[in-house]
Parts: sequence; C-alpha cells; structure tokens
Amino acid sequence: MSDATLPLPAVVRPCRRFRAPTDEAPAARRLLIALAVVGIAVLVLAPLIVVFAEALADGVAASLASLTNRDAHSAIRLTLTVAAITVPLNAGFGIAAAWFITKFDFRGKSFLITLIDLPFSVSPVVAGLCIVLTFGANSAIGGWLVAHGFPVVFALPGIILATLFVTFPFVARELVPLMVEQGRAEEEAALTLGASGWRVFRTVTLPNIRWALLYGVLLCNARAMGEFGAVAVVSGKIRGQTATMPITIEMLYNEYLSVAAFSLAALLTLLALVTLLIKTALDIRHADALAATPAH
Amino acid sequence: MGRPLIHRSPMPGLGLSMGITLTMLSLVVLLPIGALLWRGASFGPGNIWEVVNRPRVWAALFLSFRLSLLAALFNLVFGVLLAWVLVRYRFPGRRLLDAAVDLPFALPTAVAGIALTALYAPNGFFGAPLAALGIKIAYTQWGILIALIFVGLPFVTRTVQPVIGEIDREVEEASATLGARRLYTLRRVIAPMLAPAALTGFALALARAVGEYGSVIFIAGNIPLVTEIAPLLIVIQLEEFNYDAATAIGIAMLLISFAMLMAINLIQVWSRRRIGHV
Repeated sequence: MSDATLPLPAVVRPCRRFRAPTDEAPAARRLLIALAVVGIAVLVLAPLIVVFAEALADGVAASLASLTNRDAHSAIRLTLTVAAITVPLNAGFGIAAAWFITKFDFRGKSFLITLIDLPFSVSPVVAGLCIVLTFGANSAIGGWLVAHGFPVVFALPGIILATLFVTFPFVARELVPLMVEQGRAEEEAALTLGASGWRVFRTVTLPNIRWALLYGVLLCNARAMGEFGAVAVVSGKIRGQTATMPITIEMLYNEYLSVAAFSLAALLTLLALVTLLIKTALDIRHADALAATPAH
Repeated sequence: MGRPLIHRSPMPGLGLSMGITLTMLSLVVLLPIGALLWRGASFGPGNIWEVVNRPRVWAALFLSFRLSLLAALFNLVFGVLLAWVLVRYRFPGRRLLDAAVDLPFALPTAVAGIALTALYAPNGFFGAPLAALGIKIAYTQWGILIALIFVGLPFVTRTVQPVIGEIDREVEEASATLGARRLYTLRRVIAPMLAPAALTGFALALARAVGEYGSVIFIAGNIPLVTEIAPLLIVIQLEEFNYDAATAIGIAMLLISFAMLMAINLIQVWSRRRIGHV
C-alpha cells in the first residue's frame, strides 16, 4: 500500500521484491512469524490437543462410558443450571449498568466503573472467601437464612453468587464503550417522535448493541461454566449435589481416574471451542458493530 | 462544586437502570467484599500481621507475586510480538492463530491445569524428553510459571492489537525519510505509542496471575515453602474452618494487588505525561 506513496529512486535496480522502508527485512519478518506460531503451538495448542488425547487414551467407548454415570450427569446438569441462572442475570445487569452509565450524566461515574471492574482484580479464591464470610452459617445474614431453611454456602445459591461475582463485569465492559461511541442522538430522536422508553430500548438501542451483547454473553457463559476457584471455595464439593463440572474434574483427577477426568474436561473444551468459533465469526462479520473494543 | 449529583435528562429509565445497577453491585460485589474487610477489622490488624508474618505465608505470597511478575513480563514481550505479527503480516493460518490467542480466556482453568500437568509431567509429551535431559517442569516453580503464562497470554495481545491497527503509516514513513533505520523507528516511534496499551495489558495479566488458582494447583505440587501459592493457603485455612486466618491472608493479597495496580496506574499516568497523548 505504502509503496504507491513513496517516490521511487530514479535508477531502479532490478530486484525481485521492493521493500518499503516501513517494512521489516524479510528474514526478520519470517523469524517473527515463526516465533509467534511456535509460541502459540507450544503454549496453547499443545494443552488443547492433550485434553482430547488423554480423554481417548482408552478408546472412545471408555471415554463415553465415563460420562454416563449419575455423578457426571448431575455435574453437567448443575453446571448448565448455574449458567442458565447467572448469564441472564449478568446480561440484565450489564444492560442496565451500560444504560445508566452512558445515557445519564452523574457524579462519580468513573468510580462506579471502577467498582464494576473490581472483580477482575480480586482472586477467585478471595471472591469465594467473601461469599463464605457474608452468607456462611456463622455470619449474621447466613445464620438467619439457614434458620429459615435457605442455606447459601455449600448449596446452589452460593455457587450462583460466586459465579456472578467473577463474571460481574463481562457484559457491561462490552456494552459501555460501544454505547459511549454511539451516543444518544438516535434515542433522543425516537423519544421526540413519541416512542415510549421501552420501545426506544427495544427498537433503537437493542439492534445497535445486539452483537456486542452476544459477545459479552458468550464470554460470560464460558467463564460461568468453567469457573473453578470461587466455586471450589463455596460449593463444599458434595458429589452429586454441589459438584459442578470443573469441581468433578478435580475430584476425578485426584482419584487418578484420568480418562474420566479428561473426558469431562473434553466436554468443557468443546464448549470453549464453540465459544471461540462464534466469537471469531462475530469478529469477522460484525467487526464494525463491535468497533469499540474495551479501551481499558 | 455546584454540580448536581445527577443531571436532568430526557432519557427514560433512570430509576430502573440505576436501581438494578446499584442493587446488583451492592449485593454481589460490595456486600461480600465489605464482609471480608469487616471480618478483618474485627480480627484486628495485629492479629492479621501475626497470621501473615509466618515463613510459610511469606513464602507463598512472595512466590505468587514473583512468578506472576515473571509470567506477566514474558507475556508483555510475547504479547506485543504476537499483536505485531497478527496486525502487520499476512500469512496462511493467521486467522487460526488470532483465534487461538483467546483460548486461555475460553478454556476453564481446571481443564488448563490438568492438561498442562499431563503435558509437562515426567511421562508427558513435553515432560518426558525434558526429564531425559534432567529438567523437571511439573511440580516445580517452572510448572507454576508455565501455567501463569498460559492464563495471562491474551491480555497484552488484545490490548495492543487495536493500537497497532490505528498507527498512521505516515509517521513511520516520516521517520524513514528522515534517515532512521527500521529498528530505530520501531524503538523510538512505535514503542512509545504502544507503551500505554502494553502496560495496561501487563497490569491485567499480572492481576490475573496473582489470583490464579485452578490452572496452578494441579501442576504446582503444592509443597509448603517451595511451590505453595497464596490462594491455596486460603483454601487450606478454609478447609480447616479457620476463617480468621483465611481472612487475614485474603486481605493481605487484596492490599498487595491493589498497591501493585495503583503503582502501574501511576507509571501509566507518568508515561502519558512524558510521551504525550498518542
């Protein structure tokens, strides 16, 4: 591209390829590409392949058999339940927070954004610890809840709260930069024409943000299904009751049931691959609708 | 300041969106963190110091932060290289490479943990040849480092990539016209433009690595004083229902990571001021 704008020297020596002064030498270029490819192959692709290799170490039948027992089923069901509850809650929060932050002017806005981002800089284990201290049977709130037959820690509500904590900023972070960039003019026009608030949101805002919303939901879902540290602290690891898929993988692995552990891991890995596939498709097809990547 | 708390606006949904935002934020994030700090306050700074000031805790904290720093530094260099290659060069498989960068975000940490352990264990695909050379990776600090590099890999690339895409080629051309060699241009023109974004990615990778648990515990071996990370100490205390000790270590970790993030923010402000907005 830049070749066209550069004046060529008067005497052009015959050379096979012209190298612009803003390009690296071909050898350097090849070296950098090789480093990148080898680095990703060793660091990222090798672990990915190992998951499937270990899962199929005793053949497909053994791998499938390890997935068809009560504990594996209840783990899969629990993980799907947790994701089905946390992801919509998170999406709802993300939309509300993005609307509040981008459609109104108020004091302390950047402080609010910092607070929403806070879970990113807190260790998942510390997050789990916080949930245990708040809602555990020894705490004031937790004690009251247990007395009324609603235990949080070592039960489903605790797992959901821990997952909500670690996935908290995902959707809001995708939406806020995009909605800042899109401004308020379209919504204001719709309001002037007499549309109700809900109608403005449904027919003006939602179509503008839908791909970014899907993007955020996708990442949130991957994290919700795969969260380990925070859930490990609050779940109590009761087999068949509070053991999610990642927790069950840990228990199987520690019992040296390698094929079973890696088979369950392969299921989660397939989910990760589907997530990446949809994400890449979104990146290619709707690059402009996602334009404002979190500039953070 | 005569500024009103909330400016009047014709936009609908102020009450609803503010209500949902503040309720969720309080219930999910602020109340639990408040509970941690409250518990810490009632336990007392003296007692917290007594828990933290033990060789095993110091060793774990020091190990976590030292290895996280090393992993984040590796990711800083490799991440910038990766971003440059992905944006500037065209080669077969580029899309695949680009997609693969995100895998550590999408892959559950427990899965990454057992996969890396299987790979680097003495009988693993990488572990076996290395063991033949007398190099042990799994169940040593090297194993922890590899796990931390894995989880932090995408951060720098993803923050730097859009910045490289927006660099005006004319700046590089001007530099070349003025007689700068390519390497000099990269060092004096390109690097300063990438610095703020790269530093942000570095900070995110560092914060992630310090708190990382799932991908590390399998490969670490978890030997006290040698390969025991700080988050694991919290889990051990909790398993013994020793909530006060867990709280003390948790607060120490929170304080140190906030201090690090603040230091990085200050460096960022300073570098922006020195280089100017680009």
